[in-house]
Amino acid sequence: MAAADAAGLGRRRAAAFVAPALLLIAGFLVFPALWTVWLGATDYRLTGFAAAEPEFTGLDNVRHALGEDSFTHSLGLTLQFVLGSAVLGQAVLGFAIAWLLRERRGALRRLVEALVLLAWILPGSVVAFLWIALLDRNDGTLNALLGTPGTAWLVEHPMAAIIVFNIWRGTAFSMMLYAAALSTVPPTQLETARLAGASRWQQLRDVVLPAIRGHVLTNLLLISLWTFNDFTPFLLTGGGPADETETMPVFIYKTALFNGELGYGAALSVLMLLVNLVIALVYVRLLRRRDPGASSGNGTGAGAGPVAAERAGAP
Amino acid sequence: MRKRTRRAAAAAVVAGAGLALAACGGSDSGGTGGAAELTISANAVAGGKNTEEAEWIEDWVIPRFEAAQAEAGVEVDVSFEPSGVDDEQYKTRLALDLQAGSGPDILTLDGIWVGEFAQAGYIEPLPEGDWEGWRHIPEAVAGLATWEGEVYGVPWGTDGRVLFYHKELFARAGLPADWQPRSWDEVLAAAGRLAELDGVTPLQLNAGTAMGEATTMQGVLPLLAGAGEEIHDGRAWTGASDGLLRVLDLYERVYGGGLGDPVLQQEAQGRDRSFEQFAEGELGILVEGDYFWRAVVNPEGGTAPMDNRDEAVGWALIPAAEPGAGVGGQDFVSMSGGSVRAVNAAGGHPELARELLLFMNSAEALTAAVEGDARITARTDVNERVLAGDPMLSFVADEVLPLTTYRPPLAEYPRVSVLLQEATGAVATGERDAAEAAGDYADGLEDVTGGGG
Repeated sequence: MAAADAAGLGRRRAAAFVAPALLLIAGFLVFPALWTVWLGATDYRLTGFAAAEPEFTGLDNVRHALGEDSFTHSLGLTLQFVLGSAVLGQAVLGFAIAWLLRERRGALRRLVEALVLLAWILPGSVVAFLWIALLDRNDGTLNALLGTPGTAWLVEHPMAAIIVFNIWRGTAFSMMLYAAALSTVPPTQLETARLAGASRWQQLRDVVLPAIRGHVLTNLLLISLWTFNDFTPFLLTGGGPADETETMPVFIYKTALFNGELGYGAALSVLMLLVNLVIALVYVRLLRRRDPGASSGNGTGAGAGPVAAERAGAP
Repeated sequence: MRKRTRRAAAAAVVAGAGLALAACGGSDSGGTGGAAELTISANAVAGGKNTEEAEWIEDWVIPRFEAAQAEAGVEVDVSFEPSGVDDEQYKTRLALDLQAGSGPDILTLDGIWVGEFAQAGYIEPLPEGDWEGWRHIPEAVAGLATWEGEVYGVPWGTDGRVLFYHKELFARAGLPADWQPRSWDEVLAAAGRLAELDGVTPLQLNAGTAMGEATTMQGVLPLLAGAGEEIHDGRAWTGASDGLLRVLDLYERVYGGGLGDPVLQQEAQGRDRSFEQFAEGELGILVEGDYFWRAVVNPEGGTAPMDNRDEAVGWALIPAAEPGAGVGGQDFVSMSGGSVRAVNAAGGHPELARELLLFMNSAEALTAAVEGDARITARTDVNERVLAGDPMLSFVADEVLPLTTYRPPLAEYPRVSVLLQEATGAVATGERDAAEAAGDYADGLEDVTGGGG
């Protein structure tokens, strides 16, 4: 180790140098995490006897959660929300916009980018207010546009509403990431594919996608986790009607703060963290698999060879 | 180079430590001088929710109390912590503060939270003492601040629930201007007549979780009282009783029969929407507390003001299912709630805080509080003076309060209330029939009382 001491700080000074960061990490990440785990093993409540004298209940909370319909229900809703709005919605729409704009310059491109970015950077509460006005049952803009007076979108199609909302809100990130990724695809390969007679779709499938596979997975990983933990739907629907949009963050908020069940809420948070870890692991494993094209090379095959060869330099 | 690195490292360490300290410390008030500091908290904010209450605390209570104490040689610095959110959110914030050992010295609680706050040790019983005010507070109202035989605070106001109806719509439907139904069927019959009008929702009977406690207080509980039952009979929760089945069955008849708007019940802002509809003449009958009269359709400062409130809004007692079927054989029923002011058990100056509490509940202070904004206070001597000019509030004080019922002062109540909201919501949307919803309620009840969760 000492031999690799390029900065010449010495062990003690190096330790002193990173200590502040470690302290902050310990104070703000590790300690709260451990605290949450401990809380999750108690029957701690906001009020009542269990607030004054919480009891250690071990794994009771976890057992209760796994046996409770509302937990599985909420987990299912969250997965629907992630799959619909992030994996299918934001990723596909973001890619489509980036792909359509890739050779355009000038006013149109700037306009589209500005609009998409605007949806991303506006404060959540403002956006929620705008969407409530848009979807309002009585004087909503959407009902006026579609000629469907009296349709309460947030009540009749709550899950669809928040999925569309989140696609609209979060597409900017995917768009920007894919725009950057597409600019790394070597034009020579596309040219080669075109000369070999590959159609648009084939170029996309066999040249572009393999070249930006890393970007795709990174993007999916990030937006999946963000969406999984996203609380903004609460601003639109409050988790309702009944519990039809009660995704995990909303469920935990309602349990821990609204119902005052702090211990149970903490246990749910830990479970949610575990689900996040599983999602992250799946993506990271996919990312590590360097050469997925090996078995799928028996299709048209036009660009597959050179792509794999030139991808060595890709991130 | 090296020196600079070292200095940077030292600075980073100091900054890190500072941050950590700031994160741990925090709530020290660092009071300068010898003045005792007291804080009053209420879910009221000047220019927003309960603005009169906030203004009264800031402009009347604080200067006068400080002056009175200064005269007695005690230096006190009282401040007000305003808030303007939903009651449930206010409760959460208050409980989080109290749990952290801080929080205001004087807190305003919904009477129904007294039990769980007392259990948690956030508030303590008031010491014995002969405060003149108790003589003017009826026993039922004092019960709001009482839990397991001990008084934890001073009740501040109470209310009553009635049927509000829109007289103009009634006239159009050929219904009488001075309406007083004697049974549920008569209410449904009137609603049926209103249903013939174009663009009018006949009846708003709160259901579902989006309406929160309004569903329980302005829906299930008065109806249940009308069916001759209470959710807690003094020994145990009554569960999926015959009375509850009747109540849920009524919900089915209202929402399944097109007499109410089930979508409205599920909208996050549904209650405010229903108020607007009433004010605009699109809603006929509404079960509500007197809050609706003084804070919603009030032409001065209401949230959905009606210029013609005094002519257009009628009110009637809530009838029992049929004459004599209500609790205690009553023909008419109601539910009352109310708020309580209590002293933070962990506050720095408990005795001074108690003095402030009693000061805020003196006849003079209460009269000043409700001047220009008549409302039913806990004190009969004040009510006699301030309610005289308001026919609706006098009606509640004279006719409704004698036959009203209160929610059980039990720590489990808020959770039971949510179960009732879920049951009515499921029936209103047609997801469950009355029997199934009652069964779900009974299951949930077992979870709550069995200490589950």
